[in-house]
Amino acid sequence: MPHDDPHDHSHAAVEADEPQGYYQHLAAATRSLLIEKGVFSAADMRAMIEQIDRRSPALGAKIVARAWTDEGFKARLLSRGKQAIKEEMEIDPVAADIVVVENTAAVHNVVVCTLCSCYPVFILGRPPDWYKSYAYRSRAVRDPRGVLREFGTEIDPAREVRVHDSTADMRYLVLPMQPAGTEGWLEERLAGIVTRDTMVGTAEVRPAE
Amino acid sequence: MTDPLFNPGDAVTVSARFPTGRRHIRTPFYIRGKTGEVERVCGAYKNPEDLAFGNYNAARVSLYRVRFDQRHVWDDYTGNPNDTIDIEIYEHWLEPAVTEDSSDAT
Repeated sequence: MPHDDPHDHSHAAVEADEPQGYYQHLAAATRSLLIEKGVFSAADMRAMIEQIDRRSPALGAKIVARAWTDEGFKARLLSRGKQAIKEEMEIDPVAADIVVVENTAAVHNVVVCTLCSCYPVFILGRPPDWYKSYAYRSRAVRDPRGVLREFGTEIDPAREVRVHDSTADMRYLVLPMQPAGTEGWLEERLAGIVTRDTMVGTAEVRPAE
Repeated sequence: MTDPLFNPGDAVTVSARFPTGRRHIRTPFYIRGKTGEVERVCGAYKNPEDLAFGNYNAARVSLYRVRFDQRHVWDDYTGNPNDTIDIEIYEHWLEPAVTEDSSDAT
């Protein structure tokens, strides 16, 4: 029982104060300069960071759950994603144009940005580290089925795997398939089983145990 | 708005150009020279090759989503022959596809 352990050895504290590299210095200097010149204040900066951090996959999950329960919304989401999200979900898409791609029995979609790390932050929050790694970015285009397998996602060989390389001005949301056995669930309950990875396409939605 | 040169369904080839120097090009190397089909016209966006260097009055360029067969993109692709990859490509990186009906009719 961990609680009864005589915890008498010391640990180094977990610190986020790693030595700063060139780009950290550049960012800090630029930030100081902009604040000094009155372009924005330190409070504006903090508020912006908080706004970014408030975005999470829960927003995307609500969109998916709405699409599963409302055919009309789903059709609008697939044809004019940005407007549907803005007008019907009241989520501010900021500047991004969104392309929603639907998983079906015939097609499985997966998203990658090989050039950098383009990601629909406004509906999924900040991307996971693996999404930004060279390994994912290079391998997801070249061997998508192998990469998906490493995520525990085995795509039937008969289904088409369609990779989306998010190279420019579009941002992508995968509309996963609604799992069997969840018919008739309320929107809120459905949103609870939609995870971040299912909206990037590295996983499929499973009904909650 | 500039009128798009290509329409959905058009066969297009990505320019096999490799400019060097201080650039910001959104056309991945692996797709240059490959041929695919226009999936949709996304609209017209300011050219990132200018935007990246602070030219915010950059001209707008039509942007397309182009679909490629994975087997065509990668010589050693082993997945389903129907597997595809969609990539956003700006118009100035696309050319009408050259049909090779005479030389390569296998």
